Amino acid sequence: MSQTDIEPETTVDARGAACPGPLMDLIGAVRGADSGAVVRLLSDTERSLTDVPEWVAETDNELLATEEGDDHHAFYVEKA
Amino acid sequence: MTERIIIVGGGTGGTVLANDLADRLGAEIDAGDVEVTLVNDGPDHVYKPVWLYVPFGKRESEDGRRRLRELVDDRVAVRVDRVTDIDTDAGQVRYHEAPEPIDYDYLVLATGSTLAPEEVPGLDAGGHDYYSESGAEALREELLSFTEGHLVLSVVGTPHMCPAAPLEFVFMADDWLRERGLREDVDITYTYPIQRVHGNPHIAEWARPLMDERDIEVETFFNAESVDPDAGTITSMEGTDVDYDLLVAIPPHRGIDLVEEAGLGDDGWVDVDKHTLEAEAAENVYALGDTAATGVPNAGSVAHYQAGVVGQRIASQIRGRPATATYDGKTLCFIETGMDAASFVEFDYERPPSPAPPSEKLHWSKLAYNESYWLTARGLL
Repeated sequence: MSQTDIEPETTVDARGAACPGPLMDLIGAVRGADSGAVVRLLSDTERSLTDVPEWVAETDNELLATEEGDDHHAFYVEKA
Repeated sequence: MTERIIIVGGGTGGTVLANDLADRLGAEIDAGDVEVTLVNDGPDHVYKPVWLYVPFGKRESEDGRRRLRELVDDRVAVRVDRVTDIDTDAGQVRYHEAPEPIDYDYLVLATGSTLAPEEVPGLDAGGHDYYSESGAEALREELLSFTEGHLVLSVVGTPHMCPAAPLEFVFMADDWLRERGLREDVDITYTYPIQRVHGNPHIAEWARPLMDERDIEVETFFNAESVDPDAGTITSMEGTDVDYDLLVAIPPHRGIDLVEEAGLGDDGWVDVDKHTLEAEAAENVYALGDTAATGVPNAGSVAHYQAGVVGQRIASQIRGRPATATYDGKTLCFIETGMDAASFVEFDYERPPSPAPPSEKLHWSKLAYNESYWLTARGLL
């Protein structure tokens, strides 16, 4: 996993989350975050690799970085 | 010395746990070695799944309400009060109605979810819900006289209680309106925050074709940013507007402030070990149900199974034995697919859900369980 230097304000640990799932948890955290804040999502669901970028592309938020790992992935989303 | 266990919250998790502990530790309680207190901010236990049926005139809110004192073993002290402060370093809580702090040896937080519609401008004034007694009753007044127009169900809060309930509501509304010959005059739209109709892909893939067959319109990637009650419009962060005549929303959810003030987690959710349910930030503190940030659904079945794990762990600790019970993510849900058919899912941290084909039998199983729930609350089922 390549490491970023980004310091998130909030981390959402959605590893093991089957229902309603990591993206729902991420959206909840982004909704509650301040503009400019970075939310880090930890997910062990492969589908997050497509789900998260697809959702971010629909919004004004930005996916700053994605760290792909063997057992889980990390996504850094900056709230618009 | 008496070991004191304080459980905060008399919902499903807290009530099942109180009875579980009374059963496991009955001898120790009788001998005065253990004391179990269940604190709740009102005298009643509320079974929330009843609310889904209230707007359709099928159940009354009071069907989901019983006195805690009647449900909980006599060996448990039921205290109707509010906890106003938690000091995990000192191992103390403070009650609203008591001047001095109370020591605890084990603290369990089962305070559940509260609704926060005020987080979305206009939602409180423009939207209805069935996630509260008052909301379900107000929605009933609207729905029973709703004969034409656009019914919009919008999932706003994430995560929220009972992830299946939004699907259930639109399936039931569709069937109910068809039975009454009104479906051609009512359009139904379902909005969801992500690109599927449910957070879990297996449930989404199962539900979507049913929605298409039944002419339920779907708006995905829809995260409500504001509601304009005068114009009858709900607008998403993604820039989509949907006009409505009747808006039914799943409002944002929050835990209680006390959790954050005690440094146990954000937004009222306690950071826990997902298997032991022990708080990460404090010793001898557990959380269960919605209050525990485990990533599993905020559902009664989860709180029920978790209560058994916490009860066994605390009993082991009190007896000086290693606590071995762990929670595996087990979740069980019935999903109504109409007024007389339902599906069923069961899953855990490792096994994904696989919804059963909808049947009348499963619908009756759901209704039967809703009646036998009171045995669960009593710790018998």
